[in-house]
Amino acid sequence: MPGLAGRMSTVVKAKISRLLDRAEDPGETLDYGYQKQTELLQNVKKGIADVVTSKKRLQMQTQKLEQQVVKLDTQARQALAQGREDLARTALERKTLAQTEMQSLDTQIKELEAQQEQLTANEQRLRQKIEQFRTKKEVIKAQYSAAEAQVRISEAANGVGEEMADLGLAMQRAEDKTETMRARASAVEELEKAGAFDDITALGSGGDDIDRQLAELTSGAQVDDELSKMKAELGTGGGDAPALEQGEEEKA
Amino acid sequence: MIVRISGEGQFKLPDEDAGRLNELDNRAVNAVEQGDETGFKELWSQMLEIVASDGNAVDGDELVESDVILPPRDITFDEARGEFTGDGLIPD
Repeated sequence: MPGLAGRMSTVVKAKISRLLDRAEDPGETLDYGYQKQTELLQNVKKGIADVVTSKKRLQMQTQKLEQQVVKLDTQARQALAQGREDLARTALERKTLAQTEMQSLDTQIKELEAQQEQLTANEQRLRQKIEQFRTKKEVIKAQYSAAEAQVRISEAANGVGEEMADLGLAMQRAEDKTETMRARASAVEELEKAGAFDDITALGSGGDDIDRQLAELTSGAQVDDELSKMKAELGTGGGDAPALEQGEEEKA
Repeated sequence: MIVRISGEGQFKLPDEDAGRLNELDNRAVNAVEQGDETGFKELWSQMLEIVASDGNAVDGDELVESDVILPPRDITFDEARGEFTGDGLIPD
């Protein structure tokens, strides 16, 4: 089959022959298989640990962003109550950005969880197959003539080889994904360092530059929308708006 | 026939499914070549659906080679495109 399946089969078959090549007698494949399995299992463990670490890092970022969203929302309301639409807009832009980042982090955390489960399941399946191969080899040797046993053992070895090759591929793919997510986490950290999610009370001299970037990053429509909703809510309330803490003093 | 979904394991399917899978696979390739992501996703989910509805998971103690190996379930359009531009799903 050409196409997806054909390409995939070619990749896997190439890996199998690389895995099994060295064994002249298919029976020896078992010993070699054990050695390869040990290597694979170590890699899988390391891979799973990496996945967990990345997941924790993303979870911490999500929590931080959650707090900022609440804070920025409050500040937007306070700013609006004081007639500072400009400040309210800035706060909402930051809030929107933080929310977008949170959503994307959530998706990635879920992906990492799925990956962790998949690797664990694959690893268990491979253990089972290797064990099966060990048993089967002896049975085949006892039941068949040497020539036929050779063929049958070879078939079984290919079955194990395919399982190993596939786990190897799953590992590589997991590593690539974890790498991408690490890059993503770093990107969020960069934004954080640049002050993209800071309170508006912390708006300093660098503010203009951040605001320009924010305006590019966030959807103007969503901010406008939220701003007019907030205005409507506050419009009826009036009077008892709390003062914008700290911010005004800093400006004075 | 034995079909493996990469990362998931093997399934036993009636031999008649080979033709259907092959046809869908060819159409999926076409969709990828034409940059038709929606079409590709639709065809790919049809392929998975055949395995899900007709396939029985191969027992853990069976040691058989697959006749067909499908890419991982969550293959992205970009990864599929890489398959045909020679980049491959997983570069060597």
